[in-house]
Order: sequence, then C-alpha cells, then structure tokens
Amino acid sequence: MIISKKPLQFLLVAFMACVPYISNANPLIDSVHVANEIVVEHHAEATHEKKEFNATDLINSHIGDSHEFHIADWEGHPISFYLPVILWTNNGLEVFSAEAFHHDNTGEHVVDVNGQKLVRFNEVIFYADKYEELSLDDRKNGAFAFDARPLDFSITKNVFSMFMSAIVMFFLFLVVARSYNKNKLAPKGLAGFLEPLVTFVRDDIARPNIGEKQYAKYMPYLLTIFFFIWINNLIGLIPFFPFSSNLTGNIYFTFVLAFITFIVTTLSGNKDYWGHIFNTPGVPVWLAPIMIPVEIIGMLTKPFALMIRLFANITAGHIIILSLVSLIFIFDTVWISPISGAFVLFMSVLEMLVAALQAYVFTLLSALFIGQAVAEHDHH
Amino acid sequence: MQLTSPESLIFWTTIIFVVFFILLRKFAWKPILGAVQSREESINNALASAESARLEMLNLTASNERILQEARVERDALLKEAREMREKMIADSKAEAQVQGERMIEQAKTAIAAEKNAAMAELKSQVSTLSLDIAEKLLKNELSNKEAQTKLVENMLGDVKLN
Repeated sequence: MIISKKPLQFLLVAFMACVPYISNANPLIDSVHVANEIVVEHHAEATHEKKEFNATDLINSHIGDSHEFHIADWEGHPISFYLPVILWTNNGLEVFSAEAFHHDNTGEHVVDVNGQKLVRFNEVIFYADKYEELSLDDRKNGAFAFDARPLDFSITKNVFSMFMSAIVMFFLFLVVARSYNKNKLAPKGLAGFLEPLVTFVRDDIARPNIGEKQYAKYMPYLLTIFFFIWINNLIGLIPFFPFSSNLTGNIYFTFVLAFITFIVTTLSGNKDYWGHIFNTPGVPVWLAPIMIPVEIIGMLTKPFALMIRLFANITAGHIIILSLVSLIFIFDTVWISPISGAFVLFMSVLEMLVAALQAYVFTLLSALFIGQAVAEHDHH
Repeated sequence: MQLTSPESLIFWTTIIFVVFFILLRKFAWKPILGAVQSREESINNALASAESARLEMLNLTASNERILQEARVERDALLKEAREMREKMIADSKAEAQVQGERMIEQAKTAIAAEKNAAMAELKSQVSTLSLDIAEKLLKNELSNKEAQTKLVENMLGDVKLN
C-alpha cells in the first residue's frame, strides 16, 4: 500500500500535467484523423473533408468479418494485410488477393477476374451484373443471395485468426504433452499452468455432468472446445494486428461449435434418451403428437441457446468497448478520453473474465447435454 | 453485425476445428490426461502406502507395548513368587531350626542328665572307695601303736555313754 501510493500520485500529477499539452496540440490532428477514418469507412466520398461520424458503421465493421486485416491508416490511406479471396464462381475456382478490391465495400469498384466482373458490397462479393439488378435491401442481405454471388470460401480475418490460434495452441499443447515424457515429477512451467485447467475441466465439468463411467470418452472434445473458445475469446480482446478478430462473437462460428455439440449429443444418445423423446414415460400415448414435436424442439433449442449465448456475450462486449471508444469521436473532444479510457479499461478487464466464463459455460452445457444423452435411468 | 458470406466461416471452422480436435486428441490430450492420471494414481498409491506404513508402525508400537506389559506382569509375578518362596523357606527353616534346636537341647539335656548321673555314680563310687581308703589308712595309722589304740578305745568308750 505504502509503496504503491507514491507512484500513483506521481502518475496522476504527470497525467494532469500532460492533459493541457495534449489538448492544445491535438484538436486539429485529431479531427483530421477522425475525418480520415470516416473517409476510409465511406470511401465513396473521399473528397469530403469532414463527414458526420457514424458509430454504427464503425462498430459493425469492427465486429464483422472482412477480406483484409486493417492495421492502421497512414495519411488517409489504410494499411491492410490482404488475405486471399477464394471464390467458387460459375467458371470454377478463383483465387486472388483482396487487394484487388482497393478497400471498396460499396459495390463501385469492379474487379475483373479471368473475365468475370465482381463487386464487393459490405464484405459480400457479387457478380457485377447481378448486383446491378438487386435492390438496396437485397444488397444488404446479400450474404444469402446465393444466385447473385459466387460461393465465398475466402480466408477472411476470422478464418486467418482461427488458423493462427489453432496452430499456436497445437504447438503449445504439444510442448506440454512432450514435457510429461521428460518430467515425471510435479508439472512446472507451461504444464503447471495448463494442468489445473485440464483437471478443472475433468473434475468440475466432465465428471459431475457426464458421470464416472463415461466421462473419459468425451474429455478430448470438452478440452478442445474449452481451450478453443477461451483462447479465441482472448485473442478477440487484443486490439491490434494480428489479433482483434471477433471470431467467437461471430454467429457462424458459434453455430458450427453448437452444431458439433448437437451431433455429439445426438450420436451418444442411448435408449433412455430416445425413449424420453419418442415415448416420454408417464405421458399418455394420445399426447404423443404434441409431445414428440415439443421434445424435438427441445433437442434443437439446447444447441441453439449455446450458439446465441456465446455469440451475444462476446459481441456485446466488443460493442460496448467500441461504443466507449466512439464516445470520443461523437463528442468530438479529447477531454472525454480519460473517462472513456477508464471505462474501456474496466470493460476490457471484465471481458477477460467473460472470455473465460463463456468458454466454461459452453463446455459445461455441452457436458450437461452429453450427460443427459448418456445418462442411464433406473426408473419406473 | 454485418452478416458476411456464411459458407466461408462455416466451412473453415468445421475443417479447422475437426482437424484441431483430432490432432489435439492424438498428440496432446491423450499424453496429458494419461500423465495426469498416472501421476494421480502414483500419488494415491504413495499416500495409501504411507498410511499403511503408519498403521503398521502403530501396530508395532502397540504390540511392543503389549509385550513389554506382559513382561512386566511376568516379572512382577516372578518377583512375587520368589518373595513368597523366600519367606516360606525362611519360615520353614526357622521352624525346622527350632524343632532341631529343641531336639538338640532335649538330647543335650538327656545327655547331660545321663552324664551327670554317670558322674554322680562314679563320684559316689570314687568317694566310697576314697572313704574306705582313708578309713583304712586312718585305722592302720591309729592302730599302729598300743597306746594310741587304747586311747582310741578309751575315746570311743568315752563317747559312748551308758545309759
């Protein structure tokens, strides 16, 4: 307490001393910077010096997926890490760099790929001719206009981030697994960090929910989703390249994970599980036409809840942090930045808790659903 | 959130996750879970063997204590027996000594009495012999001359008073 007091006061004084300097020196640059960012966001009107700041667009672009990894802006020009675009077009597979679109997301810039004209609107790539025929609403919902666009298997920002995290995690865990060959004593280093988490998943998630007899079979799956979600949650919180992707807050990603849990649950369902769905014990037979659809809906709502919970929690956290940052630009003053910064810091710390918590909840509920499917009842 | 093309992320997530899962299961989770489990077992075994060693130790101490107790009891019994035996022996020998002594005293007394009687008898015979000798010598001495004899007779006659 005593040690920390002095530096804190010192920091406070130093900060206070710097505030006027920052505020005097920067408004012009700051506004130019805001203008630049807005110009980037709305490339169409690049000639305008200043435009109304649109927080919704900014947040949408940050939490959404993208064909390129935006790193920074330099003198009005965005610096991006271009990712490969992989398209399954009417003429077959096409692979090219996202640089071809020149950051255009408005459908203005036409790219010619081996004779096929393509445009990009809100990160969705269309055939240029079919794009012209679409209304604005159809363009906005272009993700599902499969007849107007080629199938897109691009390595997007989220896919890139997922590749990276999977490779890094694989090698980390490989190193840990190897360390057990050499070190037969108590675990140390990375293994000492990882092992409590592994035993936590085993003793507090798998064992109580799946049961002593069957839990071992599902341990690899539970451990994989736990670490995959947790690490990707954390990667999403790091606000600079090559992190900052909102992978776990993407509903397609959570859909796949929830769907895999659904498949695992369904495949491990035993006689009792199916018996409860198609012939609920204690319910008269004539209620079956009502009961069976209800039970089948129940089967589907469980993974659906998993999908929505992870997506909503992570996306909400990102939106709050981005909104707090946007406050600086909405109020158009640097004076709001200490308040905004403090809140962002608080939210970031909270989000680190949420990152672990959501990974835990997803794993716990997966274990619970699997446990329900494999439970052996000794009833009636 | 701006919904982008779903097929991209769904396709890649499925592939990456499944491959990641299979690789991790083979190369990470199996060795890690195996190592954790085997270590837990070894810890449990070590604890169990320590506990059994402790119990054995306890048993050993208890049996030592019991043996010691038994030995102590035995020693006490032995000591008691010895003491009793000693007392009995003392008492016995005392009684025997008394009887013996009494008998010896009795014998001594009888012997003394016999000796005394014998001595008395001897003395008596000795005395009588001596007396006779003395008397003989005296008579011889007295009757060696006429005068003395007459005197004696006169003395004797003088003593004998005629009534």
